[in-house]
Amino acid sequence: MKQTAVLIKNFVKKYGDFTAVDDLNIEVKQGEIFGLLGPNGAGKTSTLECLEGLRTPTMGEIDILGVNPAKDGGELKNTIGVQLQSSGLPASITPHEAINLFSAYHNIKPNYSLLKKLDLVEKQNTEYCMLSGGQQRRLSLIMAILHNPPVIILDEPTSGLDVRSRAALHGIMLGLKSKGTTIIIATHDMAEAEKLADRVAVLLKGKVVALGTPKELTASGSNISRISIRTTLNCLVGTTEFKDLEPDPVNQEYFMLFSKEPGADVIKILDYIKYKHDELIDLRIERPSLEERFLELINPI
Amino acid sequence: MKAFITHFVFDLKVGLRDKTLLLMNYLLPLGFYVMMGLVMTKINPGFAENLVQAMTVFTILAGTALGMPNIIVSGRELGIFRSYKINGVPAISILGIPALSGIIHALIVTTIIVITGPLFFGGIMPKNLLGFLIVFFAMAIAATGLALLIGVISKDSRMTVLWSQLLFLPSMLIGGLMMPSNILPASVSFFAKLLPSTYAMSAFKSLAYDQPADYNVGGSLAVLFAGGLVSFLLALYLFKWDNNDVSKFKKSALALLALLPYLVGAIFL
Repeated sequence: MKQTAVLIKNFVKKYGDFTAVDDLNIEVKQGEIFGLLGPNGAGKTSTLECLEGLRTPTMGEIDILGVNPAKDGGELKNTIGVQLQSSGLPASITPHEAINLFSAYHNIKPNYSLLKKLDLVEKQNTEYCMLSGGQQRRLSLIMAILHNPPVIILDEPTSGLDVRSRAALHGIMLGLKSKGTTIIIATHDMAEAEKLADRVAVLLKGKVVALGTPKELTASGSNISRISIRTTLNCLVGTTEFKDLEPDPVNQEYFMLFSKEPGADVIKILDYIKYKHDELIDLRIERPSLEERFLELINPI
Repeated sequence: MKAFITHFVFDLKVGLRDKTLLLMNYLLPLGFYVMMGLVMTKINPGFAENLVQAMTVFTILAGTALGMPNIIVSGRELGIFRSYKINGVPAISILGIPALSGIIHALIVTTIIVITGPLFFGGIMPKNLLGFLIVFFAMAIAATGLALLIGVISKDSRMTVLWSQLLFLPSMLIGGLMMPSNILPASVSFFAKLLPSTYAMSAFKSLAYDQPADYNVGGSLAVLFAGGLVSFLLALYLFKWDNNDVSKFKKSALALLALLPYLVGAIFL
């Protein structure tokens, strides 16, 4: 059984009278990618800042591999690596200098091979402010993983990145996970969380409103699948056989049906198409995504 | 120690690479020095006697009061200090390294002024170089401490301009750079003695040029070193890793304690 890497127990963070995080309990196992989701103001940043040792919890306990972030700052720097949402680097520092500087503070030999791994070799002597957004995020990631920390905290790691850079960063995260690194990722990108995270917690007004694997979370919702159908003769036009069947407002050639039992409904539709001597061109069954479940959670009807 | 040296070397390079710092550390003081050497010495030939020491003090003030506070504010605003904290960079390095590199840059410009002032503009070479260096470091430490404190207590870069000008402009006008402090009216003279430049210009006279000082030399140096130390300790105490640390901003009034050594000097010297 995997050991606990990060334990957050009865954690409360208050700013004056305002409670940002209210009795949070999360356990992250070693080698797990754990997603922290929630709308703005949900308490993600406060939680991350307490994990990073930048703030002190009002109440409760935070433990990262035996290190208390509020008290053991010296040990914490070797235990965690952090990619901050803000730049976090001086405008005129070059990637080469940044590796030198942070390696010196971690008392390790500079590992310039990371520049090659993250496609920054050609930019190693370019000032940080002259790098593109994607290059800046990649350099920030290098700073987070430079000292091989067992726990990495990533705050919106792919925010503002193009598709190629996102895919590259996802590959690096999965590579780190395969080596046993624990990753806590705060993101607004549900597709990213669904793809990468082993488990996610959805925070709302400082409380966890859902916790589990992305599949568990989507299954625990309304669990309505969307069936989209396109036929040669459009035999579904005007039919009253299926109560909720309606034209797709976006793609007019398709009909769509929201179903709790997609298997049974698909068979009925196929039988009807056959009965009408029509031919099926396309059939799609889409399960509810994490994003849809997330929206259900934060905007309950 | 290796980390401190690596950080210090990087910071020295930034002082030349960053356009704002290059302006404050080199271009502004050297440009102003050349202008004063060409124009002011013609208008007021007596100014040539003060040229080297006045432009040295100006160099220190430009690099510290005008250049340094923004480094602190932008470091805080851009999350650079948060990143430093996470990676184990101590607050004393964050404040101490820009202070040290600022002093090095000022020393380089001062060396240029000391050598070229007598050659090109009729300035006077210090008779006692060691004395000159002692006063230089005392003034640099005092001004650096105040500049760091301004950066630490300023919420944003607009506030740094306000606080910096409160130090810089009076220093230029009544701090002994443009005219001797001893010709100021008594009421203005009291306020002049709240400024580090007044003590530095007086100490230069005695320690570097073997002339009678306006104020007790030992007392002047003590005020400058004590002022620098108190300011630095206050800056360290009030230092914030980010702008969310509201409790420290509430304590900003404590920064006024930095004036204490100067107040003592104004009363007793």
